[in-house]
Amino acid sequence: MFGLQGRVVAAITLRATIGRKRALLFTLAPLVLVLVTVALKLSHPERASWPVDILGLFGLTVVLPLTALIIGTSVLGAEIDDGSIVHLLATPVSRTVVIGAKYAVACALTMIFAVVPILVAGLIATGGATRLALGVFVGALAGSVMYNAVFVMISVVTTRAIAVGLLYALIWEGVLGNLVAGARLLSVGQYSLGIANSIARDPRLNAALTLSTAVVAGLVVTAAALVIAVRRLASFSLKGEPA
Amino acid sequence: MSTIELSHVSRWYGNVVAINDITMTIGAGVTGLLGPNGAGKSTLLHMIAGFLAPSRGELTVAGAASWHNPGIYRVVGLVPERDSVYSFLTGAAFVRATAQLHRLPDPEVATRRAIGIVEMADAQDRRISTYSKGMRQRIKVAAALVHDPPVLLLDEPFNGMDPRQRLHMMDLLHRLGEQGRTILFSSHILEEVERLSGTIQVIVAGRLAASGDFRAIRRLMTSRPHVFMVRTSDDRRLGASLIGRPAVTGVELTGRGLQVRASDYGAFSRELAVLARDQGIRLRELLPADESLESVFAYLVET
Repeated sequence: MFGLQGRVVAAITLRATIGRKRALLFTLAPLVLVLVTVALKLSHPERASWPVDILGLFGLTVVLPLTALIIGTSVLGAEIDDGSIVHLLATPVSRTVVIGAKYAVACALTMIFAVVPILVAGLIATGGATRLALGVFVGALAGSVMYNAVFVMISVVTTRAIAVGLLYALIWEGVLGNLVAGARLLSVGQYSLGIANSIARDPRLNAALTLSTAVVAGLVVTAAALVIAVRRLASFSLKGEPA
Repeated sequence: MSTIELSHVSRWYGNVVAINDITMTIGAGVTGLLGPNGAGKSTLLHMIAGFLAPSRGELTVAGAASWHNPGIYRVVGLVPERDSVYSFLTGAAFVRATAQLHRLPDPEVATRRAIGIVEMADAQDRRISTYSKGMRQRIKVAAALVHDPPVLLLDEPFNGMDPRQRLHMMDLLHRLGEQGRTILFSSHILEEVERLSGTIQVIVAGRLAASGDFRAIRRLMTSRPHVFMVRTSDDRRLGASLIGRPAVTGVELTGRGLQVRASDYGAFSRELAVLARDQGIRLRELLPADESLESVFAYLVET
């Protein structure tokens, strides 16, 4: 996608991200999701209310953001933390290519480790390719693209990316998003729900935004986050000796 | 083509001035950037390398500003201080990836050449995580050299190296300098640069304190006044005869021994033993009292 340079950056990023101990973390939440779904399926054969809760509440608003947070902040953030990013940046590679390649890896990994498990959980929970299963799957697909842009951006902007990302996902999206209507307009979780609901058409998903609002706002947030990430990376500074 | 030029460059962090109005030109050959810890060497090197914006002043490498200019890395190779490399890669894979990021026409040939320069061919297929400190440093140099840059910047390249590795690295830097490259490295340990034949720039407290031929500055450093603590079998008698020597400018009897101030390090160290032998005095202990780097550099600032 970005030529040889992009492929080299992506290959190194992939190996570094999968090789870290953190990689165990982002397999955990999806595993729990699938296991809980299987357990519920076995104990509640035909009750209709639980699939929405497990897919919408747990899948879209917990598993997806947490997995994207861990992956999105580590594809670039870990290299910034340990300083190895300097080897990459001390070459004439365009900073857009660096962000693009790392963002692409983050999206791909999130799709494998969160979106596919959400689809599997959806198929198990609803007993096939239902509207709910497909809607949540598409919503998660869109969510992984949006969340990773935000989390990659956060990892360039601050050295406390995980903490800031958690604050965003838990406080902004979780608490404020439920209490303040305006916060929903700036919430990636709500965009995913809006997109999911346009297919699922299930009021129990509590989607606050329409499809067009969700798509437009999602595109704007994703593009803005990536532009900020590129600009901040271009100004990447090494710290001097401790004063 | 490969000159580094700084004109009235300053850098501050809030109220703290890290680099204060430095003007200098660094040309082909090996140049050492020396100074105690916290003097601003890294800050200066980071600015030259394009990883920090100068707060004020002009800074160019090969005629172009290095800040916000990734294109500069076509002519600059950087060996960062931190030891973090992609340690899951083999040495060869790391250098090859760098060659590909530079879009070199033949990454394989460039990789082999760079690894040959640092003499790492035997270990190139091992993972970097298995390398010693010196080998890591060399593979970082190979990656920085893979595009054959006319300018090579090294941040504390001798840190943590043993004397043999240090010698090896110094020889390598000299070879590269003789090829007409501009080699700039920083160091806070004077002993590391003993074998250096090029020029040095001494940075103290953010300012350029001394600049010029290394040997001349080295002479200044060894002939500076030294303070020694001497413990002998008869401090008072030795003190009396020491004060008669021209190389000695002061003697004080203290509870811990004899404190001697010498104006000429070399002459004093030669005469002390002869003097003690002639008088039949036994030397028990001889300790330099002010060998801290700060005192060496402070002396340079005064002269």
